[in-house]
Amino acid sequence: MAEHDYQYLEHTPAARKVLTGYLAVFGVVLLLMMTFGLLMRLNQGTLIGLGADRFYQTLTVHGTGMVGVTGMGGAAIMWYFLGRHMRLSVPVLAFNLVAFIVGAAMILYAAFIGGFAAGWTFLWPLPAKSMGQWEIGAAALHMSGLLLIGVGFLLLHLDTGRAIIGKYGNLARALGWPHLFGFSDEKPPKVVVASTMALISNTLGLVSGATVLAISIVNLYVPSFTIDPLLAKNMIYFFGHVFINITIYMAIIAVYELLPIYTGREWKVNRVFLASWTVATVLMVAVYPHHLLMDLNMPAWVAAGAQIASYISGMPILVVTGYGALMLLYRSKVRWTTTTALLLLGVFGWASGSLPAILDATISVNKVMHNTLWVPGHFHTYLLLGQVSLVFAFMAHFSHGTEWAKGTLNRMGVGLFLLGGLGLTHGFLFSGQSSVPRRYAEYLPEWVGQAQFGALAAALVISGALILFVNFLSRMPRQCKTV
Amino acid sequence: MQQAVWVTSVALMLIATAVFVWVVLSTRNPTDDYAPIIKKGYGFRKIFFGALLAVTAVATATTLGQLPYALAAQDEGVQVVNATGYQWYWELDRSEVKTGQPVQFRLNAGDVTHGFGVYNKDLQLVAQSQVMPGYTNILDYTFEEPGVYQILCLEYCGVSHHIMMGEITVTN
Repeated sequence: MAEHDYQYLEHTPAARKVLTGYLAVFGVVLLLMMTFGLLMRLNQGTLIGLGADRFYQTLTVHGTGMVGVTGMGGAAIMWYFLGRHMRLSVPVLAFNLVAFIVGAAMILYAAFIGGFAAGWTFLWPLPAKSMGQWEIGAAALHMSGLLLIGVGFLLLHLDTGRAIIGKYGNLARALGWPHLFGFSDEKPPKVVVASTMALISNTLGLVSGATVLAISIVNLYVPSFTIDPLLAKNMIYFFGHVFINITIYMAIIAVYELLPIYTGREWKVNRVFLASWTVATVLMVAVYPHHLLMDLNMPAWVAAGAQIASYISGMPILVVTGYGALMLLYRSKVRWTTTTALLLLGVFGWASGSLPAILDATISVNKVMHNTLWVPGHFHTYLLLGQVSLVFAFMAHFSHGTEWAKGTLNRMGVGLFLLGGLGLTHGFLFSGQSSVPRRYAEYLPEWVGQAQFGALAAALVISGALILFVNFLSRMPRQCKTV
Repeated sequence: MQQAVWVTSVALMLIATAVFVWVVLSTRNPTDDYAPIIKKGYGFRKIFFGALLAVTAVATATTLGQLPYALAAQDEGVQVVNATGYQWYWELDRSEVKTGQPVQFRLNAGDVTHGFGVYNKDLQLVAQSQVMPGYTNILDYTFEEPGVYQILCLEYCGVSHHIMMGEITVTN
């Protein structure tokens, strides 16, 4: 059974409507969160005065919201392409969308009405120890909203798991192990391999996150019910690391599926490809302690292992996906449209953002870079320039199809997004090498200018994203009716 | 250290950019024959993968020599500083240490998790550790330059996190 033997399924109108809802919510929430990011940079640059309480509420919503919304964008891509190989549940897809909207509303209310500002990290026991900044009800509302969003994603992955196991019998076959180890010629499609990796990793991460959230909520009302803070931190970062990275691994499916269409070349599944995704699955769950390198009470072998695993985890990105995409493009007759430009930008953002991230995973480097702006520097590179570009590329394809040529407005949108994105990310990285701490409402005078530069770059990013999103959105309802 | 990391990072990202631009420009001279590109590309990929493995091995060997974890033993001549973080201030049991002799910061938190970041007079971060309730984190550092060093909180700990600062004076 070779991958091209599959008959592609057409999505039902209901499925396309829900997917349109995902992309619309992605764009709206993304722009809102970007605006919050701009406000924070303006505040740090002393150009506006939010006040520390409002700043940290905004910080909390920005972090949580961005993680959630990139998850929605990635899930839309995964579902769209996986759903062409097997029947997935539209009600489950819709439930995840509703859960996200309700959860996001709870998080916004908890922050801006309830005053909750413990960060996306909600490091135990901070949610219960606000020094009067918020009531425990606001903390419970925020964490319940986050829990609801997590449940939605968990159900979505369980549904993909149901369909994958229904078709392949087990997850090992869906990862292509029989072919990888030479027992069979069966090669599952790329989207199945990637979705299985996402299913395994994100299920573990979501269960970990849900557990620590539930414990933290109970602790708010029963203070004697506690958890070890280091264990809680491990669980939180395991959840956070896996979830945010899976948003990229889901979005990269768009590259595997769309680039062959636009270049007219086949991206074959082979043993190297399958091995890289198996390695990525293992590393996804093993590498998270690199977030805890400055927890000096962690075992040394865990930290050393995290450093080595971080180095290796960059290889599937660079050697298989990044290299494979460039090979497909090299001297091809690719049609340069907004879709292909954004796909390439997405791969570039992912690959180039992994470089400062890998450097930061070196313990001796982390000692002077951890929790400085170096960290948002690298994660904005692979999330903003990487993941968000990939979702925008998918939006362009979803809303306009393959025949769409680039227009002046879209060129301007991509250009502003790229220019602003490079400015924003390199501004963060430069501030990181200047030791500017992350998550500071107010800056020392020496750092204010850097924040002002960041605000300008953020404004450019928002302008570009707004142009692109409005253009995509204007065509989506029509596209919805075409099938 | 920070500047070296910054330069390395920018250099690597520029190389990545150059490769992407080169591939984009190559599409001006397209070909229908993909097979030779695959053959050549897969061959070079092995070299690329091998080079990455070699760099990883060298970087691992050269950077994992001395790890800062679980350093509880007190050597002779070590200057011990007990520091506790609270929302939103630091309590240090001594405010002065000497250059050239190892300093052992024994770090505790009285409420929530904090981050103990040591900044020199140029506002460069020279050492740090997380500070967690219920644990004592040990941070070893030897000051080479005298002066007033600032202690900034590097883990978000609530609404006045950014003003949680302390000082330690280093003398000859």
